[in-house]
Amino acid sequence: MMDDPILWQMWDVFWHLFMLSLVAIGGAITVAPDIQRYLVFETGWLTPMQFNNSIALAQMAPGPNLMFIPLLGWQVALNAPAVNALGEASPWLVWVIAVLSAFSALLAIVLPSSLLTYHLASWAHARRSHIGIRAFKAGLTPIVIALLAAAAWLIAQGIPTPNGLWPQVALTTIAAVVVWRTRLHLLWLIAGGALAGALGWV
Amino acid sequence: MPESATALFWAFTRIALQGFGGVVAIVQRELVDNRGWLTDQEFTEEWAVAQIMPGPNVVNLAMILGGRYFGWRGAVAGVLGMVCVPTLVVLALAVSFANLVDYPITKDIMRGVSAVSAGLIGGTALRMLSGLRAHALGLKTCLLIAATTLVAVGWLRLPLVMVLVPLALVGFGLTYRVYRREPKP
Repeated sequence: MMDDPILWQMWDVFWHLFMLSLVAIGGAITVAPDIQRYLVFETGWLTPMQFNNSIALAQMAPGPNLMFIPLLGWQVALNAPAVNALGEASPWLVWVIAVLSAFSALLAIVLPSSLLTYHLASWAHARRSHIGIRAFKAGLTPIVIALLAAAAWLIAQGIPTPNGLWPQVALTTIAAVVVWRTRLHLLWLIAGGALAGALGWV
Repeated sequence: MPESATALFWAFTRIALQGFGGVVAIVQRELVDNRGWLTDQEFTEEWAVAQIMPGPNVVNLAMILGGRYFGWRGAVAGVLGMVCVPTLVVLALAVSFANLVDYPITKDIMRGVSAVSAGLIGGTALRMLSGLRAHALGLKTCLLIAATTLVAVGWLRLPLVMVLVPLALVGFGLTYRVYRREPKP
């Protein structure tokens, strides 16, 4: 099995993401630079352009921000010469392999951290009335609130402002206040943001 | 409380499909406001654990909540709900609109959506901030800890672990001291 290059490659990607999963504090996006180093510069399995496009495309899709991971797995499989060679004979097999590769990458990034979190959270929940556990959770809340605020700040800072800064600040502020103060369905906000962008307001 | 692990799977699928960045806001809206599975305070505390653990935050949260309700089956249902259908969607997107990212209109739309998702995350933080009034440390101390974190991560851009470990110890130590003096709630 292992001399089949695509399986070997899938396993390599799996193992690399598997290890990164445990250090991805703050989400999969925090280890994106290391994934890029590995898949683009070290192995050359993806072009820099493909890597960037995967991240950009994942941002356009619904779901948690780790959706670029399956996309990378998918792209790696499609790039593999062995898979390309298959394309002539059985195109459907190419899709099957690519989808498998996508889910294998997803599993690798989710499984280790999930197992760790599951056991720790169950352990803590079983001792939830314990003063140490209560103090730990409560003591963390001001910190994680600030981390959320920092994430919002960093995202907002990373957005280009071809139509000036203030329209964008206004849009972000409106969204924040709506989440905070109202019960408006949040899809309206997202649709509104998309519309504001399309019309060139921000 | 959800009626089954399957219901949990679909609830999180629904949540994930509504999230374009800032899924945390959708989780809170859906689970606290619409379904009433959690109170605001419970949500904040579960989120604290989900966020400091390695791995995608909202996936961790889905797993912790799923595990709470239905053990490991619920945990699996929560995680799968959060990632399975969105993965299929993103792959479908890659197949049909691989060059979507090249259109200028896409960039325009994404700018608007990103500005909103920054607001969604910031708004969730504000909502949690209101809950700090009931915190054992008092609002002032909490704000001081929060401000320190914000400066260290958002402005100085220090590595997360370097910020988390010392501040978590301080937060824990101070809260522990208050709890120990209090009669049990």
